[in-house]
Amino acid sequence: MSDPSFSADVPPSLVEARDVRVSLQGTEILHGVSLHAAAGEVVALMGGNGSGKSTFIRSIVGAVPTTAGSISLFGTPASPLARARLGYVPQRITAAGGVSATAIEVVTSGLLGARERDGRSGSRLRGLVPPRDARARAREALASVGIEDLAKRDVSRLSGGQQQRVLIARALVRKPRLLILDEPMAGVDLQSQVSFSHTMGHLKDEGVGIVVVLHELGALARHIDRAVVLEHGCVTYDGIPPKDLGVHALPGHEHEHPHTDPPTREGSSLGLEGP
Amino acid sequence: MSLLSEPLIQRMLIVGLLVGMAAPVMGTYLVQRRMALLGDGIGHVALAGVAAGWLAGSLFDLAQQDALAIPGAVIFAIIGAVVIERMRSRGTAADIVMAILFYGGIAGGVLLIGMAGGSNANLLGYLFGSISTVTWGDVWMSAGLAALILLVGLGLRTALFTVTHDQEFARSTGLPVDALNMVVAVLAAVTITVAMRVVGVLLVSALMIVPVAIAQLLTRSFSRTMHLAMGLGAVLTITGIWITVFQDIQPGSLIVVLGVLLYVLVAAVTSLLKGVRR
Repeated sequence: MSDPSFSADVPPSLVEARDVRVSLQGTEILHGVSLHAAAGEVVALMGGNGSGKSTFIRSIVGAVPTTAGSISLFGTPASPLARARLGYVPQRITAAGGVSATAIEVVTSGLLGARERDGRSGSRLRGLVPPRDARARAREALASVGIEDLAKRDVSRLSGGQQQRVLIARALVRKPRLLILDEPMAGVDLQSQVSFSHTMGHLKDEGVGIVVVLHELGALARHIDRAVVLEHGCVTYDGIPPKDLGVHALPGHEHEHPHTDPPTREGSSLGLEGP
Repeated sequence: MSLLSEPLIQRMLIVGLLVGMAAPVMGTYLVQRRMALLGDGIGHVALAGVAAGWLAGSLFDLAQQDALAIPGAVIFAIIGAVVIERMRSRGTAADIVMAILFYGGIAGGVLLIGMAGGSNANLLGYLFGSISTVTWGDVWMSAGLAALILLVGLGLRTALFTVTHDQEFARSTGLPVDALNMVVAVLAAVTITVAMRVVGVLLVSALMIVPVAIAQLLTRSFSRTMHLAMGLGAVLTITGIWITVFQDIQPGSLIVVLGVLLYVLVAAVTSLLKGVRR
């Protein structure tokens, strides 16, 4: 397993995690996991259920504390201020409250964060209250994922794919330099998968670094530069992903289940698996 | 109209309006966090604070023995809210926390009032509300606390929405999640002590939650739910108090019953309208 971040001709990492250990309720879940992603690079974090993918992602965004190791964001130790330039899309299940909220309200919440000002103009970028043009920016973010017409709809009544796009818009409204997504394709319809694949292509072209937790490469296969596979809280593979085969083709994939899906279609323009 | 020039009725209506508007603001955040019954738990702790204030009043030999009852309630409620928030953030089951507060609060209240030389009857005004005894001092205190609740609850609405809607995402943005959670807990405690005077400890949660439940039947937006609940809370409280001017009815219970009836009516009408549209 190489570590290109030490090479002089490789762009600096937007995120660099080294030997991260995390314990939850007295049990160590991650046993020294490392990962890095540079600008414009898309890294897929893969592995079976319980391998520690989501825990690792959550440690990067500050949702769970680490017990050892280091995480740096944009060249500085991870801190609330450093996270201001990070966009995070959690698993859909976490975004549910007891009071209904519209899509534009959810996306507007993405404009908050640690207090930060624009270096040139001095204008406030983020803080405890949204900026004056918050609604316009939220609409723009919804439009970027193709659901501007759903702005005033109750998020809890949208389809799974639409809900996922709202959460992606909430991350994109922050104009992040690094985007972290936790299983964005789980239970999502094909239309939303294709839409997100296009969005990911644009973001990559703009130099946004992306770390995405996936079970299968699926619709995103053509954008993935590197795959990191976790197994039982350890990295078992870090390298170029085999196209069109998903996690089943990667070293370290050993769980057994009947493969009843039809064979993969070779040459699919999206690299999709199955029908 | 001459009734409106009566100082007592003026005081009752002012306090009722302030409490009716402020309580649903914090109620919206509690419902959002699925902790609608938190108000009940804190209310019971506040009752122990009332009794502690009473005990302090008797120890200091104050002329008005219950002069420290409301300050005692505020202090106990805030401590209770902070403890709940700490236990919740450490993963303790919410129902266990509530049960401990319920029983600890009511038992502590009865024990302390007995030590102060009073009887359980002294606590009745706090259990069921005693708006007809409000003084101008109470009005100013209620106005100050209600202004604080409205200023923070409305001013930080997007931040408090973010934290109560999706805490994990809020943490990823760098928002001070723990501090904002504490703001919600402390403001809920302050709301409860203000509302306690109007509807009493036993019904304080209803004033925070029922207007929100009605508003939820009429709108699907978070901010509109909050604004509509504020209006409904004010109308229900003023209506309840106004009726008790003419009828010898306990205001707190009337306000809550009016709210529940309105909920049933709105639920029936909206369900009927949905059926017609289909």
